Amino acid sequence: MTRRRGGALLWSAAAFALILALLPVSRPLFAALFPWLDRPLYEQDPFVSLVADHLMLVGVSSAAATLLGVGAGVFVTRQAGAEFRGIVETVVAMGQTFPPVAVLALAVPATGFGAAPALIALTLYGVLPILQNTIAGLGAVPGAVREAARGVGMTPREILLRVELPIAAPVIVAGIRVSVIINVGTAAIASTVGAKTLGSPIIVGLNGSNVAYVLQGAVLVGMLAVVLDLAFGRLVLALRHWQ
Amino acid sequence: MIELDHVSKQYGAGRAVDDLSLTIGRGELFVLIGPSGSGKSTALKIINRLIEPSAGAIRIEGEDVRQLAPEMLRRRIGYVFQSIGLFPHWTVERNITTVPELLGWPKAKMLDRASELLTLLKLDPASFRDKYPHELSGGEQQRVGVARALAARPDILLMDEPFGALDPLTRAALQEEIARIHAESGTTIVFVTHDMDEALKLASRIAILAHGKLVQIGAPTELLSAPATEFVRNFIGREDLGVRLLSLEPVASRLRQGETAPGEPIPASANLRQALSEMIAQGTDRLSVIDDDGRRVGALTLADLARS
Repeated sequence: MTRRRGGALLWSAAAFALILALLPVSRPLFAALFPWLDRPLYEQDPFVSLVADHLMLVGVSSAAATLLGVGAGVFVTRQAGAEFRGIVETVVAMGQTFPPVAVLALAVPATGFGAAPALIALTLYGVLPILQNTIAGLGAVPGAVREAARGVGMTPREILLRVELPIAAPVIVAGIRVSVIINVGTAAIASTVGAKTLGSPIIVGLNGSNVAYVLQGAVLVGMLAVVLDLAFGRLVLALRHWQ
Repeated sequence: MIELDHVSKQYGAGRAVDDLSLTIGRGELFVLIGPSGSGKSTALKIINRLIEPSAGAIRIEGEDVRQLAPEMLRRRIGYVFQSIGLFPHWTVERNITTVPELLGWPKAKMLDRASELLTLLKLDPASFRDKYPHELSGGEQQRVGVARALAARPDILLMDEPFGALDPLTRAALQEEIARIHAESGTTIVFVTHDMDEALKLASRIAILAHGKLVQIGAPTELLSAPATEFVRNFIGREDLGVRLLSLEPVASRLRQGETAPGEPIPASANLRQALSEMIAQGTDRLSVIDDDGRRVGALTLADLARS
């Protein structure tokens, strides 16, 4: 089972790298597929740098979302933060009903165009699944285990770091996985507000009726999402080794 | 020595523990017993400050427990939970070395201690060390729970209905381990249970609680032969009082040396209650008695049991 999943990750990562390497020399292929286009290959930016920009945007926003989501999740499950739990959970539930595009659109007036609104929107939207899973994961730590941790003489900090977070880790990482995958897709849309991402060929292609551009961007975004999802799948599995 | 000095715990209008004073001697196996809601578990948790008392003081070796940070106090006192509470993401070995790890023992010393304790609790170190709790049976889990509590060589071991969730056979085996460990180590054990047979089997002294108050305290024979109140008489088991008394005395004490009897023999180390049961099972009023090496050493009659 583990082996087969590992294989899928390896194969899809290899396929992604291969396509990325071959795209710059694929002009004849796209010229043959779309003979009515003057420029069948997106060449404003190298695809490699678009992938790097895309990953940077997703990486930074997901890291920030993880800090915020796990931090808030830990806070509201402590005694001191318990009274905020209701509010936080309501905001989480409401937030999830917003489509990511709407969050993006709302961020522009606040910061102007460029990478900044994209980072804000991706971070805010990415917090929700992580926060929710952190609360669920910490809530699922058995009461008997918590009591034992106290009884053997762990401090609240030791209980959190040695017992609660490691036991909740698979659930929390599953939340990060959802967040990252959503953000890989949402980051593509972020090109509409001026961020350079794998969405750039898609947006340019849509504006100029260039199907080839759209296809090139979409294939890379889709494959990136698949590779990351499989990688997180392996990570979750590794964190569950004791179950 | 553990002293509870006029300890109370108030919950709302009621008192879980009500003006309880007890002195538990060093090396005792002291049993707190009572029905549900009698405050016995609360009293136990007050000793290591899992619950803070509303009034009164607890002293260990003369020192007030409030002078230590609760975490430091708890690391010095072993605790075995009814719900076991092993850490599911840690191996058996890491579970056992929890407290030594918190205390910063060197790695090699911790691993030696884990092997030593696994052996003490009759779990093969080689095959159990790297297992995770979910791979163990309930009885094995509680053996690890006891090993975890003993790891840092505490002077005091608190046990909160430790075997309540186990099947009768496993429970009996673990009771014997505790009796043996107590005899070998001399650790002071405070043991909470609601099972009178368990209390009689293990205790050096028993305190009976009801509604948070101490009703009677004494050695098992004292409680059985002179129950202080109607409540105690009922709790001990009115109809079983006699046979429970029998369970406290070994066959050896009423042995007729040199005499013999036919039928299946009984070991001299068995208790008189087991002898009575054996007589009824065999349909005889006379049993042959053997020693630990299987030699016939005498006989026991039904009349010997009735004589007090």
